[in-house]
Amino acid sequence: MSVLEAALPGPSPPPEQHAPPPDSRLVSSGRIRGMGTFLVALAAVMTFAFGLGVPSSDRATFILTAPPAVNVAPLTMSVRWVSIVLAVLCAAAGLWLVFRREQRASYLVFGAGFTLFLWSFLTWVARGAQLNFVQMLATTLISTTPLVFGSLSGIMCERSGVINIAIEGQFLAGAFLGAMIGSVTGDLWLGVLAGAVAGGLFGWLLAFLTLRYGIDQIIAGVVIVAFCTGLTTFLTEQVLTPDQATLNSPQTFAAIGIPLLDKIPIVGPVLFDQNVFVYLAAVLLVVVHVGLFRTRWGLRVRAVGEHPHAAETVGVHVISVRYRNVILGGAIAGIGGASFTIGSVGQFSPQMTAGLGYVALAAMIFGRWRPFGALGAALLFGFCVSLQSFLAVLNVGIPSPFLAMAPYVITIAVVSGLVGRVRPPAADGAPYRRE
Amino acid sequence: MRLELVGVTKRFGALVANDSVDLAVEPGEIHCLLGENGAGKSTLMNVLFGLLHADEGEIRIDGDAVTFADPGEAVRRGIGMVHQHFMLVPVFTVAENVVLGFEPTRRFGFLDHRKARADIRRLSAEFGLEVDPDATVEDLPVGVQQRVEILKALQRDARVLILDEPTAVLTPQEISALFEIMRSLGASGRSILFITHKLKEVLAVADRITVMRLGRVVGTTTPQESDESALAAMMVGRSVELVVQKGPANPGREVLRVRDLTVVDERGVVVVDHVDLEVRAGEIVALAGVQGNGQTEIVEALTGLRPLRGGSIELDGSEVAGSSPHEMIRAGVAHVPEDRQRDGLVLPMSVADNLVLDIQDSEPFARFGSRDLAAVRANAEQKLGDFDIRASSVDVAVATLSGGNQQKVVVARELSRPIKLLVASQPTRGLDVGSIEYVHRQIVAQRDRGVAVLIVSSELDEVLALGDRVVVMFRGRIMGVVDSSVDRDTIGLMMAGVVESRAATR
Repeated sequence: MSVLEAALPGPSPPPEQHAPPPDSRLVSSGRIRGMGTFLVALAAVMTFAFGLGVPSSDRATFILTAPPAVNVAPLTMSVRWVSIVLAVLCAAAGLWLVFRREQRASYLVFGAGFTLFLWSFLTWVARGAQLNFVQMLATTLISTTPLVFGSLSGIMCERSGVINIAIEGQFLAGAFLGAMIGSVTGDLWLGVLAGAVAGGLFGWLLAFLTLRYGIDQIIAGVVIVAFCTGLTTFLTEQVLTPDQATLNSPQTFAAIGIPLLDKIPIVGPVLFDQNVFVYLAAVLLVVVHVGLFRTRWGLRVRAVGEHPHAAETVGVHVISVRYRNVILGGAIAGIGGASFTIGSVGQFSPQMTAGLGYVALAAMIFGRWRPFGALGAALLFGFCVSLQSFLAVLNVGIPSPFLAMAPYVITIAVVSGLVGRVRPPAADGAPYRRE
Repeated sequence: MRLELVGVTKRFGALVANDSVDLAVEPGEIHCLLGENGAGKSTLMNVLFGLLHADEGEIRIDGDAVTFADPGEAVRRGIGMVHQHFMLVPVFTVAENVVLGFEPTRRFGFLDHRKARADIRRLSAEFGLEVDPDATVEDLPVGVQQRVEILKALQRDARVLILDEPTAVLTPQEISALFEIMRSLGASGRSILFITHKLKEVLAVADRITVMRLGRVVGTTTPQESDESALAAMMVGRSVELVVQKGPANPGREVLRVRDLTVVDERGVVVVDHVDLEVRAGEIVALAGVQGNGQTEIVEALTGLRPLRGGSIELDGSEVAGSSPHEMIRAGVAHVPEDRQRDGLVLPMSVADNLVLDIQDSEPFARFGSRDLAAVRANAEQKLGDFDIRASSVDVAVATLSGGNQQKVVVARELSRPIKLLVASQPTRGLDVGSIEYVHRQIVAQRDRGVAVLIVSSELDEVLALGDRVVVMFRGRIMGVVDSSVDRDTIGLMMAGVVESRAATR
């Protein structure tokens, strides 16, 4: 027994010392109340604008079938009464949120309420006309696909601690090279591979600049986007356009129906009669999710993104993990880029990605750096794009530039209202230096 | 396993951090490495752990020379390290942290969580390291986080465990629990290298003690052959005063009066919970407690850096709650912040500029909205002498100064204007013994000049040496106010939230 211990009590069990900090995953009750109030407000809009605001004789017809699926009869509804019924349900959901403030189901209930609103809105839009609902969902999925690739790319990079703001550039590079190789060789799979290589190359460039030379990740990313934009535009004018037929006329992947599954009403044509990119995105989504959260690789990647020094001290090579992830992430974005050309349009044109790389980045953030979260945000955006194109056809009297803006505005409004403060990987964007 | 360092030298440019260091750790031994900050202890351990590479000398395990290219190799050779700043991923569970880098997997690299949990339970039971494998690390108190670090090393079958300043963040009770764990590890044949600058702890737990100074080993001894003052003299190179010289306090009028102060943190959690506090002119009140129990936030509220949720702060009878830091400075509040490098100094700026940060916009340092650089320099030249600040010139960046001299710059600035209240947070953290003496003397001098002094410290020794009254905090509340002659036990229990003092408030 020596000096210190003589003065100390024995090793009494250390008492519980700190109140556990509030769980950051849970939703604050203020936010839940906000969501509930919002739903009640929507219910009011539904009742008065979509319900009482239209003649009771107005009908809307939703077509619920598309080619491969078993035929389903169209659904014809009275706009007023459907809206009112939906409004009541939506208000109930809102009030439940306001008064119960249940933590767990809050997002689910909010999502359900918002869906009711969309349904009501669609019947109102389609009053006196027909709306092909299945087609609309299928379009949603197609618009969502590049965003899924983009946000998975972002997740791969940022989970390891490197911000990839260059997704837009990797999209363009993938779209360009995918179209060119697909066109020259006539083999679309080579086109996909070329897209991956192009994206991976610019992923490597980002990694090289930021990991080797410690250049600010945002600046390096922006420079890569500018470079890709300029390069693809230049090469299109100088190389592709003079020989359009050989160099820039790839085939596109046709939709592949999955036997039997594509016969399921509604779901079939939407999920199981799509092109290769949609399936590829779905597979990658699962692979990245399982990889990140269930495997040794994922544990190490997340450790590197959260606390690189800790990873280093247990023998994980921080720099190589980051190189690998950023290159892989670039390749995923490159495949997403290829989907713009050989997945749909069949031709590369300058700046055809229209800022979707940044939308993908936003989807990743709104999805809290989780693959399925990002999917949710991407789907919302995709749905708005799809909605916008249908509204343009239905001619609802809104000027088309405003309609084109809508997907961006709605996505920002809904998602930023829902998400609140998010916590990125702790070492995201921070250069790593060994001590 | 017998670990030996022979003639290890490590240079950083012109600086020799380790100069031909010899050290041997026998199996089952608790070996203390004692030295001041900057003596080269951490460098030596980083060399041993493969984070740095020695310029000369070698590491021997059971007589064989080994080299470690990276920490992974050191771990494979049976060396484990618990870093001063925990190397834990806060958002991971205990199990995930323990297995990271050494993961039990099933096919295709899938993590085997069941085996991870079982391993942790087995080791927990064997060494009395109780911890829930599924808890998220950031939710755990630091004492438990430290156990996770130890488990991490044990799971990799460490034979030599390096503990780098492990007691800095613990309560006295947690410290003695840690010592128990260290002894049981020693009994199992594992060796422990315990790095510290705290003399009492060394004497309490060590089998053998190696003292380092300025990168060299100055001697090896045992607790039986040595005592505190002998160790301190070895560590500093001259005999030092271990007690603060101060006369009895002579409290005057009430300068600071805090009522019902409530402060919330960024997440909206109440971190200061209806606190009442008063500090009189000519007395030092020490705010004690384990770090993170609201002391930082009280200080930030008092200095205008953090908004209040409720309550009042009166300075000499006038209400100052809600004032800006600027207004607080004007009202006569001096602040020596907890983290001098983050909050006390602008590191890339010169010593001269840092010395006038608080009043650079007023006479004589500025006139008609334009700075008077000559006055700034003249002021700095004088302060360098007055406060014994060692800098090659007043124009060098303050970042180039040693920790002790940086702190002296902060202290010099804060004490160079007329003040009523001095708020000093961890005033001697990371300083060498000489600088500690100096800072303590300055604080006592302010008290004797009639300034009301509030200090915050997580070092119990400092609290007891400096405080005339000691206020103990736990979870944002005041557990009690005691006289500084109270025994360490009582304060320790109060810091842990166990007993609430019934002692009179003053």
